[in-house]
Amino acid sequence: MFARGLKRKSAEDAEDADGGVAGVPAAPSYTLQRQSLLDMSLVKLQLCHMLVEPNLCRSVLIANTVRQIQEEMTQDGTWRVVAPQAAGRAPLDRLVSTEILCRSGREQEGEGDGPLPDPAPGQAPRRPQSSPWGLDGSREGRGGFQKSLDHIFETLENKTPGSVEELFSDVDSSYYDLDAVLTGMVGGAPAGPGLPAFAPAAAAPPSSTCRSDLGELEHAVEILVET
Amino acid sequence: TGGSGGPDIISTVEFNHTGELLATGDKGGRVVIFQREPESKNAPHSQGEYDVYSTFQSHEPEFDYLKSLEIEEKINKIKWLPQQNAAHSLLSTNDKTIKLWKITERDKRPEGYNLKDEEGKLKDLSTVTSLQVPVLKPMDLMVEVSPRRVFANGHTYHINSISVNSDCETYMSADDLRINLWHLAITDRSFNIVDIKPANMEDLTEVITASEFHPHHCNLFVYSSSKGSLRLCDMRAAALCDKHSKLFEEPEDPSNRSFFSEIISSVSDVKFSHSGRYMLTRDYLTVKVWDLNMEARPIETYQVHDYLRSKLCSLYENDCIFDKFECAWNGSDSVIMTGAYNNFFRMFDRNTKRDVTLEASRESSKPRAVLKPRRVCVGGKRRRDDISVDSLDFTKKILHTAWHPAENIIAIAATNNLYIFQDKVNSEMH
Repeated sequence: MFARGLKRKSAEDAEDADGGVAGVPAAPSYTLQRQSLLDMSLVKLQLCHMLVEPNLCRSVLIANTVRQIQEEMTQDGTWRVVAPQAAGRAPLDRLVSTEILCRSGREQEGEGDGPLPDPAPGQAPRRPQSSPWGLDGSREGRGGFQKSLDHIFETLENKTPGSVEELFSDVDSSYYDLDAVLTGMVGGAPAGPGLPAFAPAAAAPPSSTCRSDLGELEHAVEILVET
Repeated sequence: TGGSGGPDIISTVEFNHTGELLATGDKGGRVVIFQREPESKNAPHSQGEYDVYSTFQSHEPEFDYLKSLEIEEKINKIKWLPQQNAAHSLLSTNDKTIKLWKITERDKRPEGYNLKDEEGKLKDLSTVTSLQVPVLKPMDLMVEVSPRRVFANGHTYHINSISVNSDCETYMSADDLRINLWHLAITDRSFNIVDIKPANMEDLTEVITASEFHPHHCNLFVYSSSKGSLRLCDMRAAALCDKHSKLFEEPEDPSNRSFFSEIISSVSDVKFSHSGRYMLTRDYLTVKVWDLNMEARPIETYQVHDYLRSKLCSLYENDCIFDKFECAWNGSDSVIMTGAYNNFFRMFDRNTKRDVTLEASRESSKPRAVLKPRRVCVGGKRRRDDISVDSLDFTKKILHTAWHPAENIIAIAATNNLYIFQDKVNSEMH
């Protein structure tokens, strides 16, 4: 569970937790918490795009959260490609950490397990409405939004522009008023002025690898926006 | 009240200017109007209770063929027009279209036509041997509702607010990025008075969340944003009110900073006080009172459910953090009210600084019973009837509340049930 203000653990703690234990870490590291939040936010943004009528306010708030995390991770120098050994991991593993995170957080507070409705890992946020017209109608342009969740996760995992292009290759943008398409889609802005808090204890300056990877994600998000 | 879930979920509640009528809108596009029964000596126990006056279908689901999107029929807001004759009028809006409805009563009907018989069929002229003057005879009260104007195609994005100007001739409608000014008699055009859409949608970081006209100054209005700011605009200053007259924004508390800070600062509702001197805003965890003359910070801040501050991650995950709660002033601007979870709602007395948590549920409110204050405990000592934070039901949210303009009567929408509470002992405003 996120504390009121995310407190930075020392670099050593972070390493211990990230070092990977088979079991659940007693107190999830800040890095793990932040990564889980990023994953959760990206899932939410993706699901926004699949809805009939995306809620613009919600999309903007989630996108701003993603941007904040991105900026902080860029400052930390922790923005890096998924390590090779982890590439084969199923996307679900990354989301499991969210559930563990929130569960262990509640235990920390000593309130006991309560019925806060945490969705199971990987489960979409619920949206009550369903269109009676169906989205698989004759409108070819909507087809791009019907990809399965797995496909979208895979695409984000890979973070290569080519695969994201594939995802939306059959979207015929001529059917769209640009406004309608971009409603709910907010691209990653270039990193702006850094956030004041969370000055890293010891941070390597962002490496060139780091910058190019940030660029790749931005590129991916831009493609989502420009579709 | 209706079945569980679905189209009966109440989406807006609004008293008219005298408090005699109470309108509700629901997810299925229906409007139900309640009327307060006049107090009568014959039935002292039903003094001033609200009964159904009229029900009508305001909006239907539509399909936008160009964008391949369904337009929900859910009523987002209802606003009453000040009454100018025997008829009542209100504006109701869904995501895209605003409609003006006229509500009239008919309690007499003409009888004794010369050319038509009782059923309205034309008479055989040869049987008419004398002429009579039709007379008006009493009949059972009939309430008729008719759509007088449809204000369509004014909004690309979803309408979140409408507000009638004190000039009684114009009103405004606000969506996520734009605010339009309409004349009540003209439906084929509106004037755009605020536009915060960036040239490049990728640069979008802030949306309009609510807006309202000043109750007395017809040139002033306020709109709130998802970043927690309020902008007071003067329509006399410029045609396009992008440059605000005043910007109300509280500096961030660095000790409370988290990745959720912006989301919980997003203003979900803004209301001018009846006096016009103050504004009330609701964000995720607090309600704040602002003085129009002080932009730097609110003059009062009240914690609605601060025990949720440590749960923000879970509430972000299950989307509750995006819930939009409304807020309300009482008639004398001395008490403010807002909803919360578990069917709780909160009231704050600005003078005594006391607050109370009450519950709207069938179990805890029999007719004419006194509402019992509730308490949420956050660890530590727990009293017998306390609820623990982890037992709160986050699916039971009170988003919409309204306060009678003059008396201590409140309307609370709890999912698909409407509760009306009256304070009989303290009927007068203090």
